[in-house]
Amino acid sequence: MNYLEFEKPLAEIEGKAEELRAMARSNAGMDIKKEANQLDSKAKSLLADLYKNLSPWRKCQVARHPDRPHCTDYIEALFTEYTPLAGDRNFADDQAVIGGLARLNDRPVMVIGHEKGKNTQARIERNFGMARPEGYRKAVRLMDLADRFNVPVVTLIDTPGAYPGKGAEERGQSEAIARATEKCLKIGVPLVSMVIGEGGSGGAVAIATANRVAMLEHSVYSVISPEGCASILWKDAEKMREAAEALRLTAQDLHRLGVIDQIVREPVGGAHRNIGATTKSVGKCIEKFLEQLSGMSRKKLIEERRSKFLSMGQGSLAA
Amino acid sequence: MNWISNYVRPKINSLFSRRETPENLWSKCPECGSMLFHRELTENLGVCTSCDHHMAISARDRLTALFDDGVFTEVDVPMPMPDPLSFRDQKKYPDRLKAAQRETEEKEAMLVAEGMIERTPIVAACQDFSFMGGSMGMYVGNAVVTAANRAVELKRPLILFSAAGGARMQEGILSLMQMPRTTVAVELVRDAGLPYIVVLTNPTTGGVTASYAMLGDVHIAEPNALICFAGPRVIEQTIRETLPEGFQRAEYLLDHGMLDRVTHRRDMKSELSRITRMLLNMPPPVKGDLPPPNDVKSEPAAASG
Repeated sequence: MNYLEFEKPLAEIEGKAEELRAMARSNAGMDIKKEANQLDSKAKSLLADLYKNLSPWRKCQVARHPDRPHCTDYIEALFTEYTPLAGDRNFADDQAVIGGLARLNDRPVMVIGHEKGKNTQARIERNFGMARPEGYRKAVRLMDLADRFNVPVVTLIDTPGAYPGKGAEERGQSEAIARATEKCLKIGVPLVSMVIGEGGSGGAVAIATANRVAMLEHSVYSVISPEGCASILWKDAEKMREAAEALRLTAQDLHRLGVIDQIVREPVGGAHRNIGATTKSVGKCIEKFLEQLSGMSRKKLIEERRSKFLSMGQGSLAA
Repeated sequence: MNWISNYVRPKINSLFSRRETPENLWSKCPECGSMLFHRELTENLGVCTSCDHHMAISARDRLTALFDDGVFTEVDVPMPMPDPLSFRDQKKYPDRLKAAQRETEEKEAMLVAEGMIERTPIVAACQDFSFMGGSMGMYVGNAVVTAANRAVELKRPLILFSAAGGARMQEGILSLMQMPRTTVAVELVRDAGLPYIVVLTNPTTGGVTASYAMLGDVHIAEPNALICFAGPRVIEQTIRETLPEGFQRAEYLLDHGMLDRVTHRRDMKSELSRITRMLLNMPPPVKGDLPPPNDVKSEPAAASG
């Protein structure tokens, strides 16, 4: 278990309980049950306390937690017959964006998502979930395919942002993002998005311009990272706590602003403390959205999506 | 010169006498360093007369230079809800907005106008970099949507001049949502079968490039304009190497297939009218102030678009 900085007191208590149990295992006569249980319940209530009112910056940390379930975890848990499809038919296959055909409770869908990678090697291969133009062009290709065969599209959002690199710029990063957003708006099949970790700016919205958008309770979605915002507006990247606060990037704020349709609850202590329960609630939410959209005509789906995004920005947190 | 300036010692003199020449009569070209007389510079549309460097000009000046005889009708853009997030960094967002309004004497970062260019009726939207870096918030979103609706209503082409540092951070997620929102606006123009032409000016970056600025039917840029998603500084910090000369400049993008043309500011107007007229199957514009007397009958074609 990787502990976040603000979880240090918790780590201490859990560490102590673990130590006690280890001691008891080597000394058969020791009775530590009561003490260890006491520590457990103390840890449990502390965990609940810590996660009850997470500050926006802490939410960012939870959303970026290395153990947080990633796109592949959801695909594995929720879908059957997952068949990855690769490549943008143009230049390369971007490993930061994965996707393919799969079944969700027997219903064929096209699933597309950002994948950050589980370990160091995978993270490098997947470029930490930062897509290059090829990733967005692959998404466009898969959405096109789904559209032609009337297969609904499900996207899982988890990216720090589109990759700011030399090659990415040369091959038209901005055009690729713009075209992906445009494609989202054009397809005549249901499009459902779920922010499972970080919704990093244009790199996220490019595949999240959907009929229904939901966010996990401790995920974030923002126009810029708190660090980036702090270094521009505060001229000090260390002011990320203030920036995270000001940007209103939590699921709760976005829901109040009318930008997302639903918040999916996470287990106490965050998605990574119970991956099974998390994927299950995410699956339920996706299923519900698809059910809501299943009767709609192609025209209606496009119109609904358009008018939804055309009216973005009517909400406010003031008053 | 009077008796006192001869009599009082120069240093003391400088405390009392004010220099009469206003300082803005001359501006220095940031590229070649030439001193340029303001009238000459204005006549040359803000382009350096010695090195052709395209300087920033305000949205209003640009529109005045674009439309025939500088005449255009400004289209009213609805004001969005002010400060939706109650955003505050070192300054409050409403204070930053007010300061920008005072400085630029404009309401916000984009102007929408309708009028004629070489007698071609068009709708234009022009982003103003001098207003908070031209950043795209809900107002700019409103402006793009208004311009698109107006173009569809009047059946005119939409010409958009982009200039922005990106999305307006002070409006948080709502500024990000202007990316899909303006994309819908572009689709409305496209669905109506009307041309949508983007003129990318220095600089066009971030969320603006990654939405309406890169979705044009034709992309024209001004020479040497910086056009990118991530700025050169961000990239240098990420990859830790120096970038090639001219990286992310208009000519570089032209080489990499992201633009159709790079065009001098002075030729922009005639180029825009030429392209839109051909796309809309209109005859070429009549050159000169008046058509030749024997041609009067055939002339109204130009105004019928």
